[in-house]
Amino acid sequence: MDTYSLMREFADSWGMLFLFSVFMFVVFWAFRPGSRSTHDDIANIPFRNEDKPAVSKEARS
Amino acid sequence: MWSTIKLVVLGVVVVIAAIAANYGRDLAYQVQAIEIMLAAGVAFIYFVRTAGDEKANNSGDYLDGVVRAGVIATALWAVTGFTVGVWIASELAFPWLNWEAVQPYLNFGRLRPLHTSAVIFAFGGNGLIATSFYVVQRTSATRLWGGNLGWFVFWGYQLVILLAATGYVLGATQSKEYAEFEWLTDWWLTVVWVAYLAVFMGTLYKRKEKHIYVANWFYLSFIITIAMLHIVNNLSIPVSLLGSKSVQVFSGVQDMMVQWWYGHNAVGFFLTAGFLGMMYYFVPKQAERPVFSYKLSIIHFWALIFLYIWAGPHHLHYTALPDWAGTLGMVMSIILWMPSWGGMINGLMTLSGAWDKLRTDPIIRMMVISIGFYGMSTFEGPMMAIRAVNSLSHYTDWTIGHVHSGALGWNGMITFGALYFLVPRLWGRESLYSLKLVSWHFWLATIGIILYAASMWVTGIMEGLMWREVDANGFLVNSFADTVEAKFAMNAVRATGGGMYLTGAIIMCYNLWATVAKKPAVASQTVAVPAE
Repeated sequence: MDTYSLMREFADSWGMLFLFSVFMFVVFWAFRPGSRSTHDDIANIPFRNEDKPAVSKEARS
Repeated sequence: MWSTIKLVVLGVVVVIAAIAANYGRDLAYQVQAIEIMLAAGVAFIYFVRTAGDEKANNSGDYLDGVVRAGVIATALWAVTGFTVGVWIASELAFPWLNWEAVQPYLNFGRLRPLHTSAVIFAFGGNGLIATSFYVVQRTSATRLWGGNLGWFVFWGYQLVILLAATGYVLGATQSKEYAEFEWLTDWWLTVVWVAYLAVFMGTLYKRKEKHIYVANWFYLSFIITIAMLHIVNNLSIPVSLLGSKSVQVFSGVQDMMVQWWYGHNAVGFFLTAGFLGMMYYFVPKQAERPVFSYKLSIIHFWALIFLYIWAGPHHLHYTALPDWAGTLGMVMSIILWMPSWGGMINGLMTLSGAWDKLRTDPIIRMMVISIGFYGMSTFEGPMMAIRAVNSLSHYTDWTIGHVHSGALGWNGMITFGALYFLVPRLWGRESLYSLKLVSWHFWLATIGIILYAASMWVTGIMEGLMWREVDANGFLVNSFADTVEAKFAMNAVRATGGGMYLTGAIIMCYNLWATVAKKPAVASQTVAVPAE
């Protein structure tokens, strides 16, 4: 099999399956139990440290 | 030690550029060499004069000087790019504006890439660099990484724009759409872009927040993908190191596919992902409430970057490109409806519970209409990617109308919103000089876009139908000149719409200038932050 056909074969079988699995993992990861409080915290990042960098290593209160 | 190396490198560059200017084989190359020589010379003098100065410990502050410079550059390049656009749009309606005296330098064919590069790379690019530096510092709660490397990125990028612009006017082009500048400018942009990536990733790496805020994900994907696209699409071998001409490594259908893989992802990652980064920071800030759904923003991000990269072949329906590749691009484009609209809903719903701000705050109105145009043009785009629709729309003004509803509506408006947000904060002013002028800008720009897009729909579809019209014997009914004549009225409306958009931008520049010059400074830059 020439290189083109080989890569093409791979791309629309295992390659596609791999990319799709990664995507589905991300979706499930986003909805994992207990992520709500983490996401609420991240969503509020823009409302902290507007004027000055945080002093301590961990900025979150 | 480091400052000595810097001076030596700059000195060597000045000498080499001077030699190159002397031996250069074409005018564009010689002028570009002189520009590089002057830029390196100015930097040399600056570093000599500041050598040995005490370095202040400023880790307790954000590096905002470079953001201020970026804001000024964004506003000025906006007016420049829009002016060239209005000029060439007027030429299409009134060809006598293509003056004989300025040929060939200001020919339509040279001004057109000047316009596209000025609005996309100079206006959009400066807006992205400035806002990304602002956002990444705030959301990482740390100063920009790399000392003054951020300043190198800013000035280096301005040099890219200068080299590209003089190249176009003097005839150096590699004829690749949205990537017209030749190898010398390509190489310099690569250096600047790597520095940009380093500054951004370095800042993320030393962040003091535990998580990376979603806006930074979008900015980062924009920076990385543009680096990849730029390098692959510009793989070319210079004919001579002393001339501007280069030869592409790819040829034929491969070159075409690489070009539109680049071209569409320039839209997908420069004009979409980067500006979504802006949306995810400035819309919540201006609405004073967190983004509607953080989960949706994560899915939006991953879906967008997984899908966009495949959509390029829809630019090449009915060409030598194999049908399966075109079908792949078309299908991926249509699936893109989902993340695009997911992102639009996320941006709009951020205002839920604060919709009254639309009445009172013209800045949020600007941001909302930009998200509206984002939704509209990301609906229109996939539709035009369908092969059957494309057979009517391709090569017509419909495409140009589509691009402009995205660029003027989405990219322009969200950037204006960000500029109105940033200027009072960056210069320590209580508020903008005039909200009334913001309203003027808003309405001029909105009506301008509507005139532009509507006239291009009409003329595009008319043009497409005229081109395919055949008589009973199968002969074409219309010549190309017939369509040009039929388009006159719509071209005049389009130039008017562009003129209104430009007027709005000039009003914005005055308003921003007056904010800095006429409003009293506030003692503290603190803007009330809600307690945790």
